[in-house]
Amino acid sequence: MPKVIYVSAAGLTTEVEAPVGTTVMGAALKNGVEGILAECGGVCMCSTCHVFVDEKFLPLIPPAQDTEEAVLEIAAIERRPNSRLSCQIKVTDELNGLIVHMPEKQR
Amino acid sequence: MIVGTGQAGFQTAASLRSEGYADPITLIGEEPHIPYNRPPLSKGFVLGTQDAESIELRPVNFYKTHQINLLCGERVVGISRAEKQIEIASGGNLSYDSLVLAVGASNRRLPVPGGDLDGVLYLRSLAEAIFIKKRIEEAQRIVVIGGGFIGLELAAVAGALGKNVTVIEALPRVMARVVAPIISEFFRELHTGRGVKILCGATVTEIHGANGTVKEVAVSDGSVHSADLVLVGIGVVPNIELARDAGLAISNGIAVDEYLQTEDKNIFAIGDCAEFPNAFAGGRVRLESVQNAADQAQCIAKTIAGHRTKYNSLPWFWTDQYEIKLQMAGISAGHDRVVTRGNAEAKKLSVFYFRNGKLIAVDSINRPVDHMIGRKLIASGASLTPEECADETVDLKRIPTDPYVH
Repeated sequence: MPKVIYVSAAGLTTEVEAPVGTTVMGAALKNGVEGILAECGGVCMCSTCHVFVDEKFLPLIPPAQDTEEAVLEIAAIERRPNSRLSCQIKVTDELNGLIVHMPEKQR
Repeated sequence: MIVGTGQAGFQTAASLRSEGYADPITLIGEEPHIPYNRPPLSKGFVLGTQDAESIELRPVNFYKTHQINLLCGERVVGISRAEKQIEIASGGNLSYDSLVLAVGASNRRLPVPGGDLDGVLYLRSLAEAIFIKKRIEEAQRIVVIGGGFIGLELAAVAGALGKNVTVIEALPRVMARVVAPIISEFFRELHTGRGVKILCGATVTEIHGANGTVKEVAVSDGSVHSADLVLVGIGVVPNIELARDAGLAISNGIAVDEYLQTEDKNIFAIGDCAEFPNAFAGGRVRLESVQNAADQAQCIAKTIAGHRTKYNSLPWFWTDQYEIKLQMAGISAGHDRVVTRGNAEAKKLSVFYFRNGKLIAVDSINRPVDHMIGRKLIASGASLTPEECADETVDLKRIPTDPYVH
């Protein structure tokens, strides 16, 4: 099963097993990873599952749709080029070892 | 002591811990399931793309690791404000320093003959959603009573599952209380294009049954619609009984001030059950939404943790019907002017609502940038004209706003 590695703003690393087809947000919630709030439940309305994706994995993730791009504009920590909403990142075998960094705050 | 295990109750407990609150927290509610995300119940859950586990707000061990005493399937039957205790149905009393009423709302019942037949169903809880999902699978002809968000979302799911669906709405158009006519018309066409029939300006007069099970629905225009399942979504009434019996003020909900406190400063009310003052609503309002529940919870968590905080968040909402998401920022009630940007034919449309020359709400279909900028503009009280909103050559991003506050 693919692994996803979450790195908190303080540098704390949590590695979880994420089934293919689930989202990076869902896997974080299910495994008790702090730092992803997911207030809207993963429907691209709230920006509280914002992550910074490790550069080497960016090309493996389909680009953000318009709705995600718009929501990133209201992220509590200003978006960067590698910003994504973790609710929109589907886990695939290719993404095994994915590293995402969490912002210091989500709201 | 938090009563209610919905979004508002859950978020209060979680936010108290993230605010550094170190005293005991009890989260108590009637529903047997651990706290879950309610919006998918009328969307992905009934459609079958999401299951019960996937909609849990947090896994069960979250409550242990955060020292939240979660009591599911337990009903609170009374509040003693003098003793600062609640009484629970299984017997006994529990003490509190602060009491949070996040007790939600109940479905308004359809007051017509036959309304209690088997096959007349309401959706609020996970248990009800599980039952509705099963009954939709078995049904062929479904009548949905109420053309609001819940009714239309259920109609969309049932339609997508290939059922014969008719929606009956009392008002002249769908979602009439919250959106402009052009949005109502867009969604009416969306549904009819998928084979879902929409009947507006008509009320149900009686539901006929056979052997105790629903058979057909009689409507005020004289039409009769055969049905083996009736889904009712005609609004909710706030659960005010506990507060009322404790002598607290009731208006259109449990009445609270700008701190979301009742007149008893140890008792808060938040989420669907609470009526509160909100500048964006132009007065007192009661809202039923995830945003309202989550933001109010975080506000009172700050206050209870020692940082007294006024509630002043911008309301926002969404509904998913088929592949279309309608995003709504602000509260459009009381608007005196409406302008549009984009067009319905291209399925890219925003409606801007003004009151006394001030932008108060934006509804967007496939124009997510308008929605997000709309939130910033409304929250900032930015000055812009209807003409600017209607003019696609005006870049709304360039209008100065304050930083967005969640």
